Amino acid sequence: MLGLNKKDTKFLLIVVALTMFTPIILQPFAEGTGLAQFNAGYPDLMQRFAIFGIFAIGFNILFGLTGYLSFGHAAFLGVGSYSAVWMFKLLSMNVIPGILLAVATSGVFALLIGYVSLRRSGIYFSILTLAFAQMSFNLAYSVLTPITNGETGLQLALDDPRILDGVNNSGSLPVTNIFGLAMNSSTQIEVLGRVWTFNVGYYFCAIIAILAFYLSLRIFRSPFGMMLRAVKSNQQRMNYTGLNSRPYTLAAFVISGMYAGLAGGLLASMDPLAGAERMQWTASGEVVLMTILGGAGTLMGPVLGAGFIKYFENIFSKINDTVLHGWFSFMPDGLEDLLVVLVHPFVGKGWHLTLGILFMLVVVFLPGGLIEGGQRIAALFKRKRSDDDNLDPEHHPKQTPHVAE
Amino acid sequence: MDAILLQILNGLDKGSAYALIALGLTLIFGTLGVVNFAHGALFMIGAFCAVTLQRILSLSFETIDESRTDFLGNPLKVETPYVEAWFGPDVGMAIIDWSVPLAIFFAIPVMITIGFIMERGLIKHFYKRPHADQILVTFGLAIVLQEIVKYFFGANPIPTPAPDVFRGSFDFGVLLGFDPYAIAYPYWRLVYFFFSVTIIGAVFAFLQFTTFGMVVRAGMADRETVGLLGINIDRRFTIMFGIAAAVAGLAGVMYAPINSPNYHMGMDFLVLSFVVVVVGGMGSLPGAVLAGFMLGILESISSMNEVKAIFPGIDQIIIYLVAILILLTRPRGLMGRKGVMED
Repeated sequence: MLGLNKKDTKFLLIVVALTMFTPIILQPFAEGTGLAQFNAGYPDLMQRFAIFGIFAIGFNILFGLTGYLSFGHAAFLGVGSYSAVWMFKLLSMNVIPGILLAVATSGVFALLIGYVSLRRSGIYFSILTLAFAQMSFNLAYSVLTPITNGETGLQLALDDPRILDGVNNSGSLPVTNIFGLAMNSSTQIEVLGRVWTFNVGYYFCAIIAILAFYLSLRIFRSPFGMMLRAVKSNQQRMNYTGLNSRPYTLAAFVISGMYAGLAGGLLASMDPLAGAERMQWTASGEVVLMTILGGAGTLMGPVLGAGFIKYFENIFSKINDTVLHGWFSFMPDGLEDLLVVLVHPFVGKGWHLTLGILFMLVVVFLPGGLIEGGQRIAALFKRKRSDDDNLDPEHHPKQTPHVAE
Repeated sequence: MDAILLQILNGLDKGSAYALIALGLTLIFGTLGVVNFAHGALFMIGAFCAVTLQRILSLSFETIDESRTDFLGNPLKVETPYVEAWFGPDVGMAIIDWSVPLAIFFAIPVMITIGFIMERGLIKHFYKRPHADQILVTFGLAIVLQEIVKYFFGANPIPTPAPDVFRGSFDFGVLLGFDPYAIAYPYWRLVYFFFSVTIIGAVFAFLQFTTFGMVVRAGMADRETVGLLGINIDRRFTIMFGIAAAVAGLAGVMYAPINSPNYHMGMDFLVLSFVVVVVGGMGSLPGAVLAGFMLGILESISSMNEVKAIFPGIDQIIIYLVAILILLTRPRGLMGRKGVMED
């Protein structure tokens, strides 16, 4: 189906199902119980899962396949956001033109930056992309203020022209919509004390995310994707065979830049403002963290990593001392306080510390990210079973490890 | 003319900081072949060594002075630092006043220890891994280090003043025949510049004129052969990592009065120092120093109003622009060695 083999079709269907039922899956705990704070099924967070999932999928097309580590991808996200907000200001609050322009502008930016940066590889490439991104960030803050509105960030205003929408007399800012359906409208259903919120914005992001995922699946399985992998494994040998690898890497760079622009456009569609801090290099570092944490070069890994980090950022950072006391209240008094003191640095405002430690552990012990961790656990169970089946392992040579999905 | 001279002087202190950090980065890269993204964090820890020492020295006990009262009529509580009680008020005050320069002696052992722990505990396991992995793990380490510092010292910048003697400015222009106060330069920045030149000179002298340095240079050129000669090159490289950490730390200690330390100052400097290293040429120590001073000075010259009138916003991007131009025209940087990071 859709040009995929049977296994991939099944994979894609699972992803589609998971995305569609996210509002239900992420709301496993009933309201009012102590665990309700771990629910992540509210629209704002789910939108972020989908959007940063797209961002990470795109980054993975570049880093996972070709091995070029870009430290400046946030620039494209920022460019996408700015262009989408400009479209909302000038043309219409309908998100479609905004997102289209976001993808187009970031594509052009990626083409320019990629054309220059890809002349070098390795750390030089990382530094070049970093330099370009920091340049855009600094310019957005200072000289480009007429376009970016500097530190305040680009926002909607009542007197924006919005040619297609006509004059706005309501006295309040219009909301982003898709053909009249407002992005922030949602329906709530309560089942067994669990509140499920079905939000238009989330489903819009989710459908685009699925399309983005499908495209990346096709790229991974295509001859083009094979070429990109060849770049990663041995570019020199590839060049010796007479192939010019530059167009392939440039195409990958532009595609991943457009993914980032798409994510930026979606961010602006959900909340129509754009600030320069989205382009800072720490934001580029975040997408690197997401991709590596989940598993670079795998299809699902980046999405997993993005979800993981965004979940941490929103849920873990809310755990404060009162909550901790609640958890450990069954302990004797002294022990309870001790545990709270010990755990305190790692939660709440200190969640970055947990993230940093986790990230280091992943890089040290699981170079393939969380996906590899899952595969190892699965392999552990499989091996146990097969060991029981044949008691003579000598005659059964070790299976070669599966190539990452 | 005087304006240009003033900007060149202004660029020197920033350039000194870039040069010191880049020197440490290049030392680590040249010896161990590791791209250390945690080097900015080492700079930051150095600055916080100064903060810590200042706090330790100002630890004080409280006495109640019955003869005086505060504005509520209660007996006045007087805080006396321990050092004042031990060494008398004059010496005690002087010690607290000089806490930043004293922090040099405090920071060296601390930074060398941290460097040893980092190298033996983590980086050692990454020699054979790809550069991307090294970047990533040290990036993670940098996040961890800066979060730890944030936990203990809070998120706000902590003012760490220089000794009283060095407050105020040195009127440099009068010496050269300009009007008084045309070129006024803060004393502490002058100190910083001479300090960094001393450190850079010391590192080069150490590498050039000692047997240990000779072995290290040989190891940088061809690690395997030096190992085959029966020299334990790994141990020497570990020591070099400690020294590089100490250089970054010292740069941080002395920078504390110029810019109040906060937990993310390392990250801010890290990006620029990497640009500096790449511009200077990976693995070239003189290149790192040269590029550090050059970019520092270029940055401050481009922040002059006359320059900004021609190229608006140039001061924000000049460093990156120069880096891009140099990387594209001179692939090995200004003084890069052949065969370093060329794949």
